[in-house]
Amino acid sequence: MKNKIKKVDLIFEKVDHLSILKKAFERTSDEIILDVIDSGLRGRGGAGFPTGLKWKFAKNEESDQKYVICNADEGEPGTFKDREILTNVPEKVLAGMALCGKAIGATEGYIYLRAEYNFLLGMLNEKIREFNKQMKNMNFEFSVFIRSGSGAYVCGEETALMESMEGHRGEPRNKPPFPTQHGYLAKPTSINNVETLVFALMIANLGPTMFKELGTFDSRGSKVFSISGDTPKAGIYELELGMSLEDFVHEFGDGDTKAVQVGGASGFCVARKHFKDTVIGFEGIPTGGSMMLFNSTRSMYNILKDYLEFFEEESCGQCTPCRVGCQQLLKGVEAVKKGIKPATYLNELQKLSETMKIASKCGLGQSVGNPFNSIVNNFREEIIY
Amino acid sequence: MSKFKVNLKINNIPVSVDEGTTILEAARKLNFNIPTLCHHDDLCVAGNCRVCVVEQKGARLLTASCATPVSEGMEILTNSMKVRQARKHIVELLLTEHNADCTKCFKNGHCELQEISNEYRIGDHVFIDLLQEKDRVQDISSPAIVKDDSKCIRCQRCVRTCAHLQAVSALAVTHKGNKMRISTFLDKPMNDVICTNCGQCINRCPTAALTERSYIDQVFDVIYDPSKFVVVQTAPATRVAIGEEFGLEPGTRVTGKMVAALRRLGFDKVLDTDFTADLTIIEEGNELLRRLKEALVDGKDVALPMMTSCSPGWIKFQEHLYPEFLDNLSTCKSPQQMFGPLAKTYYAEKVNKNPADMIVVSIMPCTAKKFEAERPEMRGSGYKDVDFVLTTRELGMMIKQAGIDFNKLENEGYDSILGDSTGAGVIFGATGGVMEAALRSAYEIVTGREVPFSNLNIKPVRGMEGVKEAAIKIKDVKPEWKFLEGVELKVAIAHGLANAKALMDRVKEGKADFHFIEVMACPSGCIGGGGQPIPTTMEIRKKRAAGIYDEDEHMALRKSHENPEVIELYEKFLHEPLGHRSHDLLHTHYYPRKRH
Ligand SMILES: Cc1cc2nc3c(=O)[nH]c(=O)nc-3n(C[C@H](O)[C@H](O)[C@H](O)COP(=O)(O)O)c2cc1C
Ligand code: SF4
Repeated sequence: MKNKIKKVDLIFEKVDHLSILKKAFERTSDEIILDVIDSGLRGRGGAGFPTGLKWKFAKNEESDQKYVICNADEGEPGTFKDREILTNVPEKVLAGMALCGKAIGATEGYIYLRAEYNFLLGMLNEKIREFNKQMKNMNFEFSVFIRSGSGAYVCGEETALMESMEGHRGEPRNKPPFPTQHGYLAKPTSINNVETLVFALMIANLGPTMFKELGTFDSRGSKVFSISGDTPKAGIYELELGMSLEDFVHEFGDGDTKAVQVGGASGFCVARKHFKDTVIGFEGIPTGGSMMLFNSTRSMYNILKDYLEFFEEESCGQCTPCRVGCQQLLKGVEAVKKGIKPATYLNELQKLSETMKIASKCGLGQSVGNPFNSIVNNFREEIIY
Repeated sequence: MSKFKVNLKINNIPVSVDEGTTILEAARKLNFNIPTLCHHDDLCVAGNCRVCVVEQKGARLLTASCATPVSEGMEILTNSMKVRQARKHIVELLLTEHNADCTKCFKNGHCELQEISNEYRIGDHVFIDLLQEKDRVQDISSPAIVKDDSKCIRCQRCVRTCAHLQAVSALAVTHKGNKMRISTFLDKPMNDVICTNCGQCINRCPTAALTERSYIDQVFDVIYDPSKFVVVQTAPATRVAIGEEFGLEPGTRVTGKMVAALRRLGFDKVLDTDFTADLTIIEEGNELLRRLKEALVDGKDVALPMMTSCSPGWIKFQEHLYPEFLDNLSTCKSPQQMFGPLAKTYYAEKVNKNPADMIVVSIMPCTAKKFEAERPEMRGSGYKDVDFVLTTRELGMMIKQAGIDFNKLENEGYDSILGDSTGAGVIFGATGGVMEAALRSAYEIVTGREVPFSNLNIKPVRGMEGVKEAAIKIKDVKPEWKFLEGVELKVAIAHGLANAKALMDRVKEGKADFHFIEVMACPSGCIGGGGQPIPTTMEIRKKRAAGIYDEDEHMALRKSHENPEVIELYEKFLHEPLGHRSHDLLHTHYYPRKRH
């Protein structure tokens, strides 16, 4: 466990993205992929799948057409780092997509942009036009296109996102087959988070070693955090992974932090007594970037209720455990609060959340139990009384 | 090509199956039953209800067995602690959303949700009831289909049916989360949307969210009314399916028992739609020959290919989606709607009844027939031609309610005048049947010889392929049909509206030069109709089709133009095919409808 908060500047650092690409295009796909594997980079969108492996799977598929998708749906409550990345270094995102295209053998890339970020469309389209021209000038066959979401959280889930791009209702698909085999328009597709793509570009630029030296064995490198809640320093920070939550709170808390919600609404709530032994990273609690701090003025019941209302509405509704489970958890805690159901009913709900976790079709339903159990376990009295 | 084998263990028992087999199928091979709700053999995989989850050793999450192909070395548990708990939870959750008034429900005893709750003995569940009073409204706008969202488990079987089998997409998923529902375009009533009333969604709905609009009580009312003379007609496909309501194998021929049951129910006369099926062949066959003559001899711009018009779901589909082809539809009414006006004119006179006191009831494998009977054009007799339409399933219920032990009934025959039929009328029930019946008669009328197929069985137009094509060379014709000498008559047959759409798109693009096209809205034709016994699968429909062809082979007469009652009808009443009376009673026209 690292003991200090270390700020890093890989994502927002201005670089000459074209010369990085030029260098990369002289290498083979395998060399590019090997570097990404070697760096230990894992997806920054939440699930943390090793990026190099994903690219390798997509590369190994035989197909007349493959696609790169940049997941810019950024719907997780409390996450706003992709917006900043797209605003400040859009060229790096585009270059990361082209790099992925080179690695897996795709000639088209799509950005799936969260509907609420449509104000960025004008600027992004401008950048894309320029970038596509540059790719042509470099004799590299790759064009980027952009698609707007329609405001559903579930469309950030990779297969729902592809359904949405294909003009269908955003419902997650069955897996397998995985997107690297059967993705957008049934073609092999590598879908990566905005931040992941920029890190991949920086690994191509600086080599895997510098990245590997940051972070821990399981959580290499740094990560852009979206810090919000009861903090005097709300905002975007790129920090080395593997810090303890205690150090984090020391740096960002307001002196009265009672809990931190790590990973947004679908993440875990850590109470003060566990700050010390909680690592922020894949070996501890992973996060897509969201860190919400709560001080003692906050009611954890209200926070839980808020999250459950979010999930009750944002579940795509197709699968039973998630659609009905979310409603039951919400109605259940309300009933306990009002005394309509006994406190022991929380145990039934916790059992139910376990079913939701293992039987739901996609990551949304599977993770509702995270906030639910961590808040109920840590703040049971606040829920009941 | 031999497929790769995959070895796995299910509940510790080794099994070797073809690559691509799902875990569910593999488990069934070992006789382990895994419950399912959203799964249906006719439909693509959804994997959304989650009751089929199983445990894979070493995996963190459970796996939907219907949606997951086997892989080498996999170890599956279908009834572990985790699986049992999850499954029970899932059923309980569904019940909290469900209007579980089972004892009062139309599908009581025929509901898949009820069955699985029964297996798991879900007594009083722990969770909170989510169904609200305002959710308990039924959409009864359609004369054919009732939609009840309070019974819906959101498995989307109807949505997949409507989109993939029928290419209609009248039903779709709307909203998300707790508000997610199956709805229509802009939430309009079922009667105001593109729904064809085919009822295929009903056949695949696991609960009572989609059912037929039932007219059982109205029919009993008129039967009990001594002032009414109630005649009943039975469609071809009902006789090989009604047995399923009484535990018999699909395809069992129970025509005689069905007739006996109808008499015991109190119908005054039991007559047969097969009769008007034969009549349809005469009218429609002549219409085809007339169109061909007009095209080939008179050089007129007539609408070809001619398309059959027996299937009211198909008619409404055309009216909505291909209104520019309405002239191609045969102007013949369907056999049901030919029967109605003949019953209230020709027949009424013969049996000396006042048509105002007559009630015509039909037993149909179809829900669209309920809609068809309500069409304002269908009043050729001056009265509503067909008063009530019941599905095969509703007839089954009536027989049970009346305490009739169906399986023990002795066979009885149809009453006369509109009761005689040939094998050609019977095969209307299966896809390709109308075409085969038409060819048997038309070929013989034109050449004076029987169709050149062994035992009259025109095999190329039979079978379950989505779109079938065939060609018959017409040779050595009678002098009056000289213009057809050497013509190769090209025909096509589609069943299921998605197949019909594929065929229509070819016609529209000018890539098809058929003379005659048969379309049945339902997969496999009327034997797979939306009013037939539930469940339906390809296997069941194949058995019903076999029953139909078996019935045909057992008939004394097998060509429509040889039906003695039809011959008599022309002699005494209609005088000639496509004549004045036919025009008034047996032919109709169609109206373009909007897409939404
Ligand atoms: C409900 C749900 C919402 C998600 N939303 C996002 C999102 O907004 N942005 C994102 O990058 N990944 C999101 N993901 C994760 C994606 O499914 C996918 O794992 C990710 O895009 C892969 O990229 P990465 O490997 O670079 O992280 C979401 C997952 C779920 C289950
Ligand atoms: S878990 Fe929720 S969001 Fe995911 S498929 Fe199921 S209902 Fe949809």
